[in-house]
Amino acid sequence: MPERVVVIGGGIAGIQASLDLADMGYEVHLVERTPSIGGRMAQLDKTFPTNDCSMCILSPKMIMCAGHDNVRLHTYSEIKGVSGRFPNFKVKIKEKARYVNIGRCTGCGDCIAKCPVKVPSEFEEGLANRKAIYLPFPQAVPRKVTIDADHCRMITQGKCGVCKKVCQAGAIDYEQKDNTVEVLAKAVIVATGFDLMDARRLPQFGLGTCKDVVTSLQLERVLSASGPTGGHLVRPSDGTEPKRLAFVQCVGSRDTKAYRYCSSVCCMYATKESILLREHVPDVDTTIFYMDMRATGKGFQEFVHRAEKSHGVRYVRARPAYVQPAHGDKGVLVTYETGGLAGEQVTEEFDMLVLCPALIPSQGLKHLAKTLRIELDEEEFVKTPSMFRPIDSTRKGILVCGFAGEPMDIPDSVSQASGIAARVAELIAEGG
Amino acid sequence: MPRIGVFICHCGHNIASTVGIEKVVEYAKSLPGVVYADHNIYSCSEEGLSSIRRSIEENKLDRVVVAACTPRTHEPLFRRTCELAGINKYLFEFVNIREHCSWIHTKEPDMATEKAKRLIAMGVAKAGLLEPQTESEAEVVPTAVVIGGGAAGLAVASSLAAQDIETHLIEKSSRLGGMLNDISVIGPELEETKPLLDAMLRVLKTSPKVHVHTDTRLTAAKGFVGNFELTIDEKGESRNIKAGSIVVAAGAKELVPTGEYGYGSIPGVITQLDLERMLAKGEVPKRSVFILCVGSRQPGREYCSRVCCNVSLKNAMRIAEARPDSTVTILHRDIMSYGTASEKLYRDVSEKGVQFLRYSLGNPAKVRSLDNGIMVEVNDETLGEDIGLQTDVLVLATPMVSMEDATEIAKLLKVPLDKHGFFLEAHVKLRPVEFATDGVFICGSARWPASVRESISQGLAAAAKAAIPIKKGKVVIEAITAWSDPDKCAACGNCVAACPYEAIEIVDSDKGRTAKVNEAQCKGCGTCVAACPNDAMQQKGFTTRQLGAMIDALVKNALEESP
Repeated sequence: MPERVVVIGGGIAGIQASLDLADMGYEVHLVERTPSIGGRMAQLDKTFPTNDCSMCILSPKMIMCAGHDNVRLHTYSEIKGVSGRFPNFKVKIKEKARYVNIGRCTGCGDCIAKCPVKVPSEFEEGLANRKAIYLPFPQAVPRKVTIDADHCRMITQGKCGVCKKVCQAGAIDYEQKDNTVEVLAKAVIVATGFDLMDARRLPQFGLGTCKDVVTSLQLERVLSASGPTGGHLVRPSDGTEPKRLAFVQCVGSRDTKAYRYCSSVCCMYATKESILLREHVPDVDTTIFYMDMRATGKGFQEFVHRAEKSHGVRYVRARPAYVQPAHGDKGVLVTYETGGLAGEQVTEEFDMLVLCPALIPSQGLKHLAKTLRIELDEEEFVKTPSMFRPIDSTRKGILVCGFAGEPMDIPDSVSQASGIAARVAELIAEGG
Repeated sequence: MPRIGVFICHCGHNIASTVGIEKVVEYAKSLPGVVYADHNIYSCSEEGLSSIRRSIEENKLDRVVVAACTPRTHEPLFRRTCELAGINKYLFEFVNIREHCSWIHTKEPDMATEKAKRLIAMGVAKAGLLEPQTESEAEVVPTAVVIGGGAAGLAVASSLAAQDIETHLIEKSSRLGGMLNDISVIGPELEETKPLLDAMLRVLKTSPKVHVHTDTRLTAAKGFVGNFELTIDEKGESRNIKAGSIVVAAGAKELVPTGEYGYGSIPGVITQLDLERMLAKGEVPKRSVFILCVGSRQPGREYCSRVCCNVSLKNAMRIAEARPDSTVTILHRDIMSYGTASEKLYRDVSEKGVQFLRYSLGNPAKVRSLDNGIMVEVNDETLGEDIGLQTDVLVLATPMVSMEDATEIAKLLKVPLDKHGFFLEAHVKLRPVEFATDGVFICGSARWPASVRESISQGLAAAAKAAIPIKKGKVVIEAITAWSDPDKCAACGNCVAACPYEAIEIVDSDKGRTAKVNEAQCKGCGTCVAACPNDAMQQKGFTTRQLGAMIDALVKNALEESP
């Protein structure tokens, strides 16, 4: 019988862990909550500090993962229960009804074109719509459509059925039910990644009240050539090209009233986005309001230097106090204090403001931790108590990699994810 | 006569909205050797692939051309489909009409359609001349070699030992542990080093699979993934080790200041490692001032060394905890306490009364000796005022710099270093513990300054990568390699000099001296083919004849069109 491992989370950490485990000969069951693997990295336009196109380097990994002889994908699926203990975990996986027979669906998109229902796209961070039957993004793996049951007219009201009519493959199945499968696994890997804090919780930063305040992940989508504006930089209020932009770092992070920790990646991605903005609009002025400029990785300090010297990015050490709309609903006024004893309150106008919110453990990690009976640390990331076993949770045979354990960037996540295969092999050799 | 099938992909709208697919299909049918042409919305979908497979079988195709996206992501998929239909996978030719055509010509659909036709004509011309190839396999020596016995190297070796893999650990000094020997407490959670080090050493000692070589250096290396041959100098004696994979965990070291801030001339001016040794002996200074970024984040050494802020926070905490009457002032430019635990340490240290004072790069502190200590004068950037601080010790947090033997190791293993002398991984984002050379891996501070926890975590990653070929037992050797025709080869050696992988040597054969390619080491880059003046060197799948046929097809196509 093959030795099986369940990996929870199909972002870059979960994908890499699956690939290395599979290469080592284990049968991997990769469980992803959304209809496609790819995770947050799929949403990014470019990656720091080399400005490599994110999807271009991720997509081959997604395809390799899905095509690996030893990997079984469970997308649009959730962990329903875990019983037993190392090395005999019984993992119940709920494969949610997609209302689409994925053996038949060719991903042609005819159904999407004809579906009359529009829903804000999660992948586009609400900046564009998708249909009720959808592919989350063009490079989705697997390339199979999913019906969003909450919005489908046929499922909610019993009328429509257009997708079924146009589907030549006969893949639409409104009667489909959730399916539960049980996997006997030697080990369970938590790679559930992060979410963005809802920055509307901190009303002083104007998200939701000022039209031209967006989140950094929304900006990634705007910068992306396949994003909602085709890669054209426009501000939300009037669709014009902004000439003055500012970023606010540590929105809700390093903040004792919200999240106390440092999210680890915002200094660098704000720097990256600032450089990219210049590539999109050569005469754009960019300001980054920051607390400490944390450029600790390979080539990072040089990257910040380049942003400052070659791309004219202005770094201002200040934490803005509040943000207001500038002209009616257009533009923003940012009020902050300049440094020093002689510091004074300054209000500066920008065409658009980008917030870098705290990156928080993925929604559902708390619930998952209960299901897995593992402890979380005081910041609610997975607790990894041993220095010698840095990717072991508090329970034997349950391991963690990537952002689920602590805020970290892509290379650190990938590195931890590769380590999973070694640790699983050790555990099994010791007595699994 | 070959029987070629051409499959043209819409890629949804990606290709079809620009390129006139039906015209291209009709054109493809007219090309010499083509017996079948068709199109798919997504050739790579399950439906697309099964239709290709069916068409191969029904039309008895023996060559397949897919005109779609990029071989980088999709070639393995189509090659496999060919294999499933019973054709050698090297009889498949990929034509890129997306990145090379539709995506870059969205505003010129007619021209894009013509270009797609030409690209396909070229692919078909080459396909007719493709030859089946066989991939060979090589056995993997089930042994790993780890270079460096610090935190990262110990983590690799103890993991491999626990996985029951024969491992040689090479350490240049007489003692394992590296920098862990100088650090008695590890941050950010102030854990004792000894239990950690003991745990790792215990695994090595109790495992019959681990061979520790102290006072040992690597002196020579050759071979390729699965079959490396290393020569080591162990306490003056030379010996050889065969290995399937190699991990570089050679570490880094603390920069010793060259006179900055009175180091070496004013008593009490020390480095963080000096402070570590003092604290380990129970010597806790009453008054301390730390200066961060000494010799880093400045012109000449621009990088941030990642670990020094957290080391400084840890030592400030140790002093504050050990001695309630102590004062610690940290002069910094930014505090790099990234993540959860380090940021907590930063908060806790501040609550303990440790003072933080920001200085600017252009205005460093001035230091002079006093009768009863050291005077540090610094401009506080936040207050905009000059401040004088009297202290017993002045601790300089200097960056980690590369080891002096990194260059030698890099040269022997033919792996690159970055401009700071740290080892350069295959891809900074997605291949952090691999080198571009198969079978050689990197971890810990030899790659980039890393905390103990990060070094161990990376060590596990390198252990996994090193174990994979050993557990598979075999490595597949790519069939697209170069070979030399002894009848044409003049043994001039140009190819030997041009090869970046040292895969070619000049040997004696029954046809005289001639170049010989070691296929296992050849990456199929083609550099030697370009360097050969006699047309003797050829690359499988890219022969002069095949490439010539592609050019002929392009020229013919262009001539036919010209009025």
